[in-house]
Amino acid sequence: MSSTMRAAVAAVVLACTAPIVLAQGSTEKGIEQYRQALKEGNPAELWEARGEDLWKRKRGPKNVSLEQCDLGQGPGVVRGAYAHLPRYFADTDKVQDAESRLVTCMVTLQGFKEEDAKKNPFSAPGRHSDMEALTSYVAAESKGMKLNAPLAHPKEREAFELGDYLFHRRAGPHDYSCSTCHAESGKRIRLQELPALTDPGEAQKVFTTWPAYRVSQGSVRTMQHRLYDCYWQMRHPQLDFASDTATALMVYMAKFANGGEVHAPALKR
Amino acid sequence: MKTTMLAVAGLTIMAGCAATTQLTENERQTRAEAMLKAGFSKGNKAMAERVVQQDETQALCSKYPESVPEAIASRIQESQQATIRYPASGNLMGDWRQGEKIAQDGWGMRFTDMGSPNRPMGGNCYACHQLAPDELSYGTLGPSLYQFGKARGYTDEVRRYVYGKVYNAKATNACSNMPRFGHNGILTEQQIKDVVALLMDPASPVNR
Repeated sequence: MSSTMRAAVAAVVLACTAPIVLAQGSTEKGIEQYRQALKEGNPAELWEARGEDLWKRKRGPKNVSLEQCDLGQGPGVVRGAYAHLPRYFADTDKVQDAESRLVTCMVTLQGFKEEDAKKNPFSAPGRHSDMEALTSYVAAESKGMKLNAPLAHPKEREAFELGDYLFHRRAGPHDYSCSTCHAESGKRIRLQELPALTDPGEAQKVFTTWPAYRVSQGSVRTMQHRLYDCYWQMRHPQLDFASDTATALMVYMAKFANGGEVHAPALKR
Repeated sequence: MKTTMLAVAGLTIMAGCAATTQLTENERQTRAEAMLKAGFSKGNKAMAERVVQQDETQALCSKYPESVPEAIASRIQESQQATIRYPASGNLMGDWRQGEKIAQDGWGMRFTDMGSPNRPMGGNCYACHQLAPDELSYGTLGPSLYQFGKARGYTDEVRRYVYGKVYNAKATNACSNMPRFGHNGILTEQQIKDVVALLMDPASPVNR
Protein backbone atom coordinates (compact mmCIF):
# COMPACT_ATOMS: atom_id res chain seq x y z
CA MET A 1 0.00 0.00 0.00
CA SER A 2 2.63 2.56 1.02
CA SER A 3 4.78 2.06 -2.07
CA THR A 4 1.62 2.24 -4.18
CA MET A 5 0.66 5.46 -2.45
CA ARG A 6 4.16 6.83 -3.00
CA ALA A 7 3.91 6.01 -6.68
CA ALA A 8 0.52 7.68 -6.70
CA VAL A 9 1.86 10.83 -5.08
CA ALA A 10 4.68 10.89 -7.61
CA ALA A 11 2.11 10.51 -10.36
CA VAL A 12 0.08 13.40 -8.93
CA VAL A 13 3.17 15.60 -8.92
CA LEU A 14 3.86 14.49 -12.47
CA ALA A 15 0.28 15.17 -13.52
CA CYS A 16 0.38 18.64 -11.96
CA THR A 17 3.71 19.72 -13.40
CA ALA A 18 3.52 17.88 -16.70
CA PRO A 19 1.33 20.41 -18.56
CA ILE A 20 4.17 22.94 -18.57
CA VAL A 21 6.46 20.74 -20.63
CA LEU A 22 4.27 18.08 -22.17
CA ALA A 23 1.64 18.16 -24.85
CA GLN A 24 -2.00 17.47 -24.03
CA GLY A 25 -1.92 13.74 -24.91
CA SER A 26 0.96 13.07 -22.53
CA THR A 27 -0.88 14.84 -19.70
CA GLU A 28 -3.83 12.54 -20.13
CA LYS A 29 -1.47 9.57 -20.16
CA GLY A 30 0.06 10.76 -16.88
CA ILE A 31 -3.35 11.00 -15.24
CA GLU A 32 -4.19 7.51 -16.49
CA GLN A 33 -0.95 6.15 -14.97
CA TYR A 34 -1.87 7.79 -11.69
CA ARG A 35 -5.27 6.13 -11.76
CA GLN A 36 -3.69 2.75 -12.46
CA ALA A 37 -1.27 3.17 -9.55
CA LEU A 38 -4.06 4.08 -7.17
CA LYS A 39 -6.20 1.13 -8.22
CA GLU A 40 -3.80 -1.20 -6.46
CA GLY A 41 -4.53 0.24 -3.04
CA ASN A 42 -7.90 1.90 -2.79
CA PRO A 43 -8.60 3.64 0.53
CA ALA A 44 -12.30 2.83 -0.10
CA GLU A 45 -11.54 -0.56 1.45
CA LEU A 46 -11.60 1.15 4.84
CA TRP A 47 -15.12 2.43 4.08
CA GLU A 48 -16.20 -1.05 2.99
CA ALA A 49 -14.93 -2.57 6.24
CA ARG A 50 -16.60 0.10 8.37
CA GLY A 51 -19.80 -0.35 6.35
CA GLU A 52 -19.82 -4.10 6.93
CA ASP A 53 -19.40 -3.50 10.64
CA LEU A 54 -22.26 -0.97 10.64
CA TRP A 55 -24.44 -3.42 8.71
CA LYS A 56 -23.90 -6.17 11.29
CA ARG A 57 -23.94 -4.07 14.44
CA LYS A 58 -27.10 -3.65 16.54
CA ARG A 59 -28.03 0.02 16.28
CA GLY A 60 -30.90 2.47 16.52
CA PRO A 61 -33.83 2.73 18.95
CA LYS A 62 -34.77 -0.92 18.28
CA ASN A 63 -31.17 -2.08 18.74
CA VAL A 64 -31.12 -4.42 15.74
CA SER A 65 -28.70 -4.85 12.85
CA LEU A 66 -29.42 -4.30 9.17
CA GLU A 67 -28.90 -7.99 8.45
CA GLN A 68 -32.58 -8.49 7.59
CA CYS A 69 -32.66 -5.46 5.25
CA ASP A 70 -34.20 -6.24 1.86
CA LEU A 71 -32.16 -4.55 -0.87
CA GLY A 72 -34.25 -6.18 -3.57
CA GLN A 73 -32.88 -9.72 -3.52
CA GLY A 74 -34.72 -10.75 -0.34
CA PRO A 75 -34.14 -9.96 3.36
CA GLY A 76 -30.46 -10.16 4.25
CA VAL A 77 -29.16 -10.72 0.71
CA VAL A 78 -26.39 -8.19 0.04
CA ARG A 79 -24.50 -10.16 -2.59
CA GLY A 80 -25.51 -8.87 -6.01
CA ALA A 81 -28.11 -6.43 -4.69
CA TYR A 82 -26.29 -3.28 -5.84
CA ALA A 83 -26.04 -4.60 -9.42
CA HIS A 84 -29.86 -4.69 -9.56
CA LEU A 85 -30.53 -1.15 -8.35
CA PRO A 86 -32.34 1.18 -8.65
CA ARG A 87 -35.53 -0.91 -8.64
CA TYR A 88 -39.15 -0.85 -7.55
CA PHE A 89 -39.99 -1.92 -3.98
CA ALA A 90 -43.56 -2.95 -3.23
CA ASP A 91 -43.40 -2.10 0.50
CA THR A 92 -42.62 1.56 -0.15
CA ASP A 93 -44.35 1.60 -3.57
CA LYS A 94 -41.33 3.50 -4.85
CA VAL A 95 -38.33 3.07 -7.05
CA GLN A 96 -35.27 3.26 -4.81
CA ASP A 97 -31.51 3.31 -5.16
CA ALA A 98 -29.14 1.73 -2.64
CA GLU A 99 -28.96 4.81 -0.44
CA SER A 100 -32.67 5.57 -0.22
CA ARG A 101 -33.27 1.85 0.44
CA LEU A 102 -30.74 1.91 3.28
CA VAL A 103 -32.71 4.81 4.75
CA THR A 104 -35.88 2.68 4.54
CA CYS A 105 -34.19 -0.19 6.39
CA MET A 106 -32.76 2.12 9.05
CA VAL A 107 -36.28 3.43 9.65
CA THR A 108 -38.29 0.19 9.48
CA LEU A 109 -35.81 -2.24 11.05
CA GLN A 110 -33.74 -0.11 13.39
CA GLY A 111 -36.38 2.45 14.33
CA PHE A 112 -34.46 5.56 13.30
CA LYS A 113 -36.53 8.61 12.45
CA GLU A 114 -36.35 9.28 8.71
CA GLU A 115 -34.78 12.70 9.21
CA ASP A 116 -32.09 11.15 11.40
CA ALA A 117 -31.36 8.42 8.86
CA LYS A 118 -30.97 11.11 6.19
CA LYS A 119 -29.07 13.58 8.34
CA ASN A 120 -25.45 12.90 7.41
CA PRO A 121 -25.25 11.43 3.91
CA PHE A 122 -21.96 13.10 2.94
CA SER A 123 -18.90 13.23 5.17
CA ALA A 124 -16.98 16.41 5.89
CA PRO A 125 -13.51 16.88 7.38
CA GLY A 126 -13.67 15.39 10.87
CA ARG A 127 -17.16 13.96 10.38
CA HIS A 128 -17.68 10.43 9.08
CA SER A 129 -20.81 9.47 7.16
CA ASP A 130 -22.30 6.09 8.01
CA MET A 131 -24.21 6.23 4.73
CA GLU A 132 -20.97 6.46 2.70
CA ALA A 133 -19.60 3.44 4.58
CA LEU A 134 -22.77 1.35 4.26
CA THR A 135 -23.10 2.14 0.56
CA SER A 136 -19.45 1.21 -0.02
CA TYR A 137 -20.03 -2.16 1.65
CA VAL A 138 -23.22 -2.86 -0.28
CA ALA A 139 -21.67 -1.84 -3.63
CA ALA A 140 -18.53 -3.89 -3.04
CA GLU A 141 -20.72 -6.98 -2.63
CA SER A 142 -21.60 -6.65 -6.34
CA LYS A 143 -18.02 -6.22 -7.58
CA GLY A 144 -17.46 -7.97 -10.88
CA MET A 145 -21.18 -8.48 -11.56
CA LYS A 146 -22.95 -6.98 -14.54
CA LEU A 147 -25.26 -4.06 -13.80
CA ASN A 148 -28.83 -5.12 -14.45
CA ALA A 149 -31.26 -2.48 -13.19
CA PRO A 150 -34.66 -3.92 -14.11
CA LEU A 151 -36.59 -1.05 -15.84
CA ALA A 152 -39.58 -3.37 -16.23
CA HIS A 153 -42.11 -2.33 -13.57
CA PRO A 154 -44.36 0.56 -14.68
CA LYS A 155 -42.89 2.75 -11.92
CA GLU A 156 -39.37 1.95 -13.08
CA ARG A 157 -40.31 2.87 -16.63
CA GLU A 158 -41.96 6.05 -15.41
CA ALA A 159 -38.81 6.93 -13.45
CA PHE A 160 -36.82 6.47 -16.65
CA GLU A 161 -39.09 8.85 -18.55
CA LEU A 162 -38.93 11.46 -15.81
CA GLY A 163 -35.17 11.05 -15.63
CA ASP A 164 -34.95 11.57 -19.39
CA TYR A 165 -36.89 14.83 -19.02
CA LEU A 166 -34.75 16.04 -16.09
CA PHE A 167 -31.46 15.08 -17.77
CA HIS A 168 -32.19 17.48 -20.63
CA ARG A 169 -33.87 20.23 -18.61
CA ARG A 170 -31.95 23.51 -18.88
CA ALA A 171 -32.30 26.05 -16.11
CA GLY A 172 -30.64 28.50 -13.78
CA PRO A 173 -28.48 31.55 -14.49
CA HIS A 174 -26.15 29.52 -16.74
CA ASP A 175 -28.79 27.55 -18.73
CA TYR A 176 -27.14 24.26 -17.74
CA SER A 177 -28.61 20.77 -17.93
CA CYS A 178 -26.95 17.41 -17.30
CA SER A 179 -26.71 17.05 -21.06
CA THR A 180 -24.67 20.27 -21.40
CA CYS A 181 -21.66 18.23 -20.28
CA HIS A 182 -22.73 14.61 -20.67
CA ALA A 183 -24.33 14.24 -24.11
CA GLU A 184 -21.26 14.23 -26.36
CA SER A 185 -18.22 11.97 -26.42
CA GLY A 186 -14.64 13.17 -26.17
CA LYS A 187 -15.28 16.47 -24.39
CA ARG A 188 -13.54 17.91 -21.34
CA ILE A 189 -14.01 20.58 -18.67
CA ARG A 190 -10.48 21.90 -18.18
CA LEU A 191 -8.59 18.56 -18.22
CA GLN A 192 -11.42 16.47 -16.79
CA GLU A 193 -12.89 14.11 -19.37
CA LEU A 194 -16.69 14.10 -19.49
CA PRO A 195 -18.48 10.82 -20.10
CA ALA A 196 -21.38 10.84 -22.55
CA LEU A 197 -23.89 9.19 -20.25
CA THR A 198 -26.35 8.30 -23.00
CA ASP A 199 -23.65 6.30 -24.78
CA PRO A 200 -23.81 2.71 -23.47
CA GLY A 201 -20.08 2.13 -23.88
CA GLU A 202 -19.22 5.20 -21.80
CA ALA A 203 -22.08 4.90 -19.29
CA GLN A 204 -21.14 1.28 -18.59
CA LYS A 205 -17.62 2.39 -17.72
CA VAL A 206 -18.47 5.22 -15.31
CA PHE A 207 -21.90 4.66 -13.78
CA THR A 208 -20.64 1.37 -12.35
CA THR A 209 -17.73 3.04 -10.54
CA TRP A 210 -19.80 4.88 -7.90
CA PRO A 211 -19.39 5.00 -4.98
CA ALA A 212 -15.74 5.92 -5.39
CA TYR A 213 -12.91 7.16 -3.23
CA ARG A 214 -12.17 10.69 -4.42
CA VAL A 215 -8.57 11.69 -3.89
CA SER A 216 -9.39 15.41 -4.17
CA GLN A 217 -11.96 15.11 -1.38
CA GLY A 218 -10.21 12.51 0.77
CA SER A 219 -13.38 10.50 1.08
CA VAL A 220 -15.66 7.99 -0.55
CA ARG A 221 -18.44 9.76 -2.44
CA THR A 222 -21.65 8.08 -3.54
CA MET A 223 -23.86 8.47 -6.61
CA GLN A 224 -26.19 10.66 -4.51
CA HIS A 225 -23.22 12.95 -3.88
CA ARG A 226 -22.21 12.89 -7.55
CA LEU A 227 -25.64 14.25 -8.50
CA TYR A 228 -25.63 16.80 -5.67
CA ASP A 229 -22.19 17.95 -6.83
CA CYS A 230 -23.27 18.21 -10.47
CA TYR A 231 -26.25 20.37 -9.50
CA TRP A 232 -23.91 22.53 -7.42
CA GLN A 233 -21.70 23.06 -10.45
CA MET A 234 -24.81 23.68 -12.60
CA ARG A 235 -25.74 26.60 -10.30
CA HIS A 236 -28.81 24.73 -9.08
CA PRO A 237 -29.80 24.54 -5.40
CA GLN A 238 -28.79 21.75 -3.00
CA LEU A 239 -30.45 18.56 -4.20
CA ASP A 240 -32.19 16.79 -1.30
CA PHE A 241 -30.54 13.51 -0.34
CA ALA A 242 -32.53 10.49 -1.53
CA SER A 243 -34.95 12.68 -3.52
CA ASP A 244 -37.10 11.23 -6.30
CA THR A 245 -35.19 13.49 -8.70
CA ALA A 246 -31.97 11.67 -7.83
CA THR A 247 -33.61 8.27 -8.25
CA ALA A 248 -35.14 9.20 -11.63
CA LEU A 249 -31.78 10.42 -12.94
CA MET A 250 -30.11 7.23 -11.73
CA VAL A 251 -32.71 5.04 -13.43
CA TYR A 252 -32.18 7.04 -16.64
CA MET A 253 -28.41 6.56 -16.49
CA ALA A 254 -28.71 2.91 -15.44
CA LYS A 255 -30.56 2.07 -18.63
CA PHE A 256 -27.47 3.02 -20.66
CA ALA A 257 -25.06 1.59 -18.10
CA ASN A 258 -26.77 -1.81 -17.87
CA GLY A 259 -24.43 -4.60 -18.90
CA GLY A 260 -21.37 -2.82 -17.52
CA GLU A 261 -19.38 -4.55 -14.80
CA VAL A 262 -19.65 -3.10 -11.29
CA HIS A 263 -16.25 -1.76 -10.19
CA ALA A 264 -17.45 0.14 -7.15
CA PRO A 265 -16.10 1.48 -4.95
CA ALA A 266 -13.62 2.76 -7.51
CA LEU A 267 -10.97 5.40 -7.22
CA LYS A 268 -11.13 8.83 -8.80
CA ARG A 269 -9.42 12.18 -8.94
CA MET B 1 -47.39 -24.23 -28.32
CA LYS B 2 -48.39 -22.03 -31.22
CA THR B 3 -50.86 -20.08 -29.10
CA THR B 4 -48.28 -19.67 -26.34
CA MET B 5 -45.81 -18.24 -28.83
CA LEU B 6 -48.46 -15.89 -30.14
CA ALA B 7 -49.33 -14.81 -26.62
CA VAL B 8 -45.66 -14.20 -25.82
CA ALA B 9 -45.22 -12.22 -29.02
CA GLY B 10 -48.34 -10.22 -28.17
CA LEU B 11 -47.08 -9.45 -24.68
CA THR B 12 -43.70 -8.45 -26.03
CA ILE B 13 -45.29 -6.00 -28.45
CA MET B 14 -47.48 -4.59 -25.67
CA ALA B 15 -44.53 -4.23 -23.33
CA GLY B 16 -42.50 -2.65 -26.10
CA CYS B 17 -45.18 -0.05 -26.82
CA ALA B 18 -45.78 0.71 -23.16
CA ALA B 19 -42.06 1.20 -22.59
CA THR B 20 -41.85 4.00 -25.11
CA THR B 21 -45.09 5.84 -24.45
CA GLN B 22 -46.02 5.31 -20.85
CA LEU B 23 -46.63 8.97 -19.98
CA THR B 24 -48.08 11.60 -22.26
CA GLU B 25 -45.84 14.59 -22.86
CA ASN B 26 -47.98 16.71 -20.52
CA GLU B 27 -47.98 14.11 -17.76
CA ARG B 28 -44.26 13.71 -18.05
CA GLN B 29 -43.67 17.44 -17.82
CA THR B 30 -46.08 18.00 -14.92
CA ARG B 31 -44.68 15.12 -12.88
CA ALA B 32 -41.04 15.85 -13.60
CA GLU B 33 -41.45 19.55 -12.78
CA ALA B 34 -43.20 18.73 -9.47
CA MET B 35 -40.52 16.18 -8.67
CA LEU B 36 -37.71 18.62 -9.35
CA LYS B 37 -39.31 21.31 -7.20
CA ALA B 38 -39.80 18.85 -4.32
CA GLY B 39 -36.16 17.77 -4.60
CA PHE B 40 -34.91 21.26 -3.78
CA SER B 41 -36.93 21.56 -0.55
CA LYS B 42 -33.91 22.37 1.62
CA GLY B 43 -32.05 24.45 -0.93
CA ASN B 44 -31.69 28.20 -1.15
CA LYS B 45 -35.15 29.62 -1.89
CA ALA B 46 -34.20 32.32 -4.39
CA MET B 47 -31.97 29.91 -6.29
CA ALA B 48 -34.68 27.26 -6.34
CA GLU B 49 -37.21 29.75 -7.71
CA ARG B 50 -34.90 30.69 -10.54
CA VAL B 51 -34.25 27.06 -11.41
CA VAL B 52 -37.84 25.85 -11.13
CA GLN B 53 -39.04 28.70 -13.37
CA GLN B 54 -37.48 28.27 -16.81
CA ASP B 55 -37.53 31.16 -19.25
CA GLU B 56 -38.90 30.57 -22.75
CA THR B 57 -35.49 29.90 -24.29
CA GLN B 58 -34.59 27.32 -21.65
CA ALA B 59 -37.97 25.59 -21.96
CA LEU B 60 -37.75 25.38 -25.76
CA CYS B 61 -34.15 24.22 -25.79
CA SER B 62 -35.00 21.55 -23.18
CA LYS B 63 -37.89 20.36 -25.30
CA TYR B 64 -35.68 19.80 -28.35
CA PRO B 65 -32.42 18.49 -26.92
CA GLU B 66 -31.16 16.98 -30.19
CA SER B 67 -31.82 19.88 -32.52
CA VAL B 68 -34.31 22.69 -32.27
CA PRO B 69 -36.62 23.20 -35.31
CA GLU B 70 -35.48 26.02 -37.54
CA ALA B 71 -38.56 28.24 -37.05
CA ILE B 72 -38.23 28.03 -33.25
CA ALA B 73 -34.48 28.64 -33.46
CA SER B 74 -35.07 31.88 -35.40
CA ARG B 75 -37.69 32.98 -32.90
CA ILE B 76 -35.28 32.38 -29.99
CA GLN B 77 -32.42 34.18 -31.74
CA GLU B 78 -34.60 37.18 -32.51
CA SER B 79 -35.84 37.52 -28.91
CA GLN B 80 -32.34 37.05 -27.51
CA GLN B 81 -30.75 39.52 -29.93
CA ALA B 82 -33.12 42.14 -28.55
CA THR B 83 -31.69 41.66 -25.03
CA ILE B 84 -28.15 42.71 -25.90
CA ARG B 85 -27.13 46.08 -24.45
CA TYR B 86 -23.98 47.46 -26.04
CA PRO B 87 -21.91 49.97 -24.02
CA ALA B 88 -23.25 53.53 -24.42
CA SER B 89 -19.72 54.80 -25.06
CA GLY B 90 -19.44 52.59 -28.14
CA ASN B 91 -16.08 51.35 -26.84
CA LEU B 92 -16.16 47.54 -26.69
CA MET B 93 -12.56 46.91 -25.66
CA GLY B 94 -11.37 46.69 -22.07
CA ASP B 95 -8.11 45.34 -20.64
CA TRP B 96 -7.02 41.87 -21.82
CA ARG B 97 -5.11 41.30 -18.54
CA GLN B 98 -8.37 41.59 -16.64
CA GLY B 99 -10.04 39.48 -19.30
CA GLU B 100 -7.51 36.69 -18.70
CA LYS B 101 -8.32 36.76 -14.95
CA ILE B 102 -12.05 36.56 -15.70
CA ALA B 103 -11.45 33.68 -18.14
CA GLN B 104 -9.56 31.74 -15.44
CA ASP B 105 -12.09 32.40 -12.68
CA GLY B 106 -15.11 30.15 -12.13
CA TRP B 107 -16.31 31.82 -8.96
CA GLY B 108 -19.95 32.68 -8.37
CA MET B 109 -23.62 31.70 -8.35
CA ARG B 110 -23.20 28.26 -6.74
CA PHE B 111 -24.80 27.66 -3.36
CA THR B 112 -21.39 27.96 -1.74
CA ASP B 113 -20.41 31.17 -3.58
CA MET B 114 -23.63 33.05 -4.16
CA GLY B 115 -22.04 36.34 -5.05
CA SER B 116 -20.92 39.39 -3.16
CA PRO B 117 -20.72 43.08 -3.97
CA ASN B 118 -16.97 42.93 -3.23
CA ARG B 119 -16.21 39.93 -5.38
CA PRO B 120 -17.09 39.99 -9.08
CA MET B 121 -18.10 36.69 -10.64
CA GLY B 122 -15.90 34.80 -13.06
CA GLY B 123 -16.51 33.87 -16.68
CA ASN B 124 -14.69 30.51 -16.46
CA CYS B 125 -13.97 30.61 -20.21
CA TYR B 126 -11.09 28.10 -19.89
CA ALA B 127 -13.50 25.48 -18.55
CA CYS B 128 -14.74 25.07 -22.15
CA HIS B 129 -12.37 26.94 -24.49
CA GLN B 130 -8.71 27.05 -25.40
CA LEU B 131 -7.52 30.69 -25.25
CA ALA B 132 -3.97 31.80 -24.40
CA PRO B 133 -1.44 29.15 -25.49
CA ASP B 134 0.31 29.06 -22.08
CA GLU B 135 -2.79 27.68 -20.42
CA LEU B 136 -2.91 23.97 -21.20
CA SER B 137 -5.66 23.18 -18.74
CA TYR B 138 -8.56 24.11 -20.99
CA GLY B 139 -11.82 22.37 -21.81
CA THR B 140 -13.18 21.35 -25.18
CA LEU B 141 -16.95 21.80 -24.85
CA GLY B 142 -16.59 24.99 -26.88
CA PRO B 143 -14.36 25.69 -29.89
CA SER B 144 -10.74 26.78 -29.50
CA LEU B 145 -10.46 30.57 -29.42
CA TYR B 146 -6.68 30.65 -29.80
CA GLN B 147 -5.71 33.40 -32.28
CA PHE B 148 -9.34 34.49 -32.47
CA GLY B 149 -8.75 38.13 -33.41
CA LYS B 150 -5.65 37.49 -35.48
CA ALA B 151 -7.53 35.01 -37.67
CA ARG B 152 -10.66 37.12 -38.12
CA GLY B 153 -9.24 40.61 -38.23
CA TYR B 154 -9.26 43.33 -35.59
CA THR B 155 -12.36 45.04 -36.92
CA ASP B 156 -15.34 46.81 -35.32
CA GLU B 157 -17.62 44.18 -36.77
CA VAL B 158 -15.79 41.27 -35.12
CA ARG B 159 -15.51 43.14 -31.80
CA ARG B 160 -19.27 43.74 -31.86
CA TYR B 161 -19.87 40.07 -32.66
CA VAL B 162 -17.72 38.97 -29.69
CA TYR B 163 -19.38 41.41 -27.29
CA GLY B 164 -22.79 40.10 -28.39
CA LYS B 165 -21.68 36.48 -28.15
CA VAL B 166 -20.50 36.86 -24.56
CA TYR B 167 -23.53 38.98 -23.61
CA ASN B 168 -26.05 36.52 -25.03
CA ALA B 169 -24.81 33.50 -26.99
CA LYS B 170 -28.37 32.46 -27.81
CA ALA B 171 -28.73 35.51 -30.09
CA THR B 172 -26.58 33.83 -32.74
CA ASN B 173 -26.99 30.13 -31.81
CA ALA B 174 -30.43 29.47 -30.34
CA CYS B 175 -29.62 26.59 -28.00
CA SER B 176 -25.91 27.16 -27.53
CA ASN B 177 -24.40 25.45 -24.48
CA MET B 178 -22.77 28.77 -23.61
CA PRO B 179 -24.25 30.79 -20.74
CA ARG B 180 -25.74 34.23 -21.43
CA PHE B 181 -23.19 36.16 -19.38
CA GLY B 182 -24.58 39.66 -19.84
CA HIS B 183 -28.26 38.85 -20.11
CA ASN B 184 -28.23 36.72 -16.96
CA GLY B 185 -26.12 39.12 -14.92
CA ILE B 186 -23.08 36.87 -14.56
CA LEU B 187 -20.59 39.41 -15.95
CA THR B 188 -20.78 43.21 -15.88
CA GLU B 189 -20.41 45.43 -18.94
CA GLN B 190 -16.81 46.21 -17.99
CA GLN B 191 -16.00 42.52 -17.52
CA ILE B 192 -17.43 41.64 -20.93
CA LYS B 193 -15.30 44.41 -22.47
CA ASP B 194 -12.26 42.88 -20.76
CA VAL B 195 -13.10 39.48 -22.24
CA VAL B 196 -13.54 41.09 -25.69
CA ALA B 197 -10.03 42.53 -25.28
CA LEU B 198 -8.67 39.10 -24.37
CA LEU B 199 -9.91 37.85 -27.76
CA MET B 200 -9.49 41.00 -29.85
CA ASP B 201 -6.49 42.98 -28.57
CA PRO B 202 -3.48 42.34 -30.84
CA ALA B 203 -1.33 42.43 -27.67
CA SER B 204 -3.37 39.71 -25.95
CA PRO B 205 -1.62 36.34 -25.54
CA VAL B 206 -4.60 34.79 -27.35
CA ASN B 207 -3.36 36.46 -30.55
CA ARG B 208 0.32 35.69 -30.13
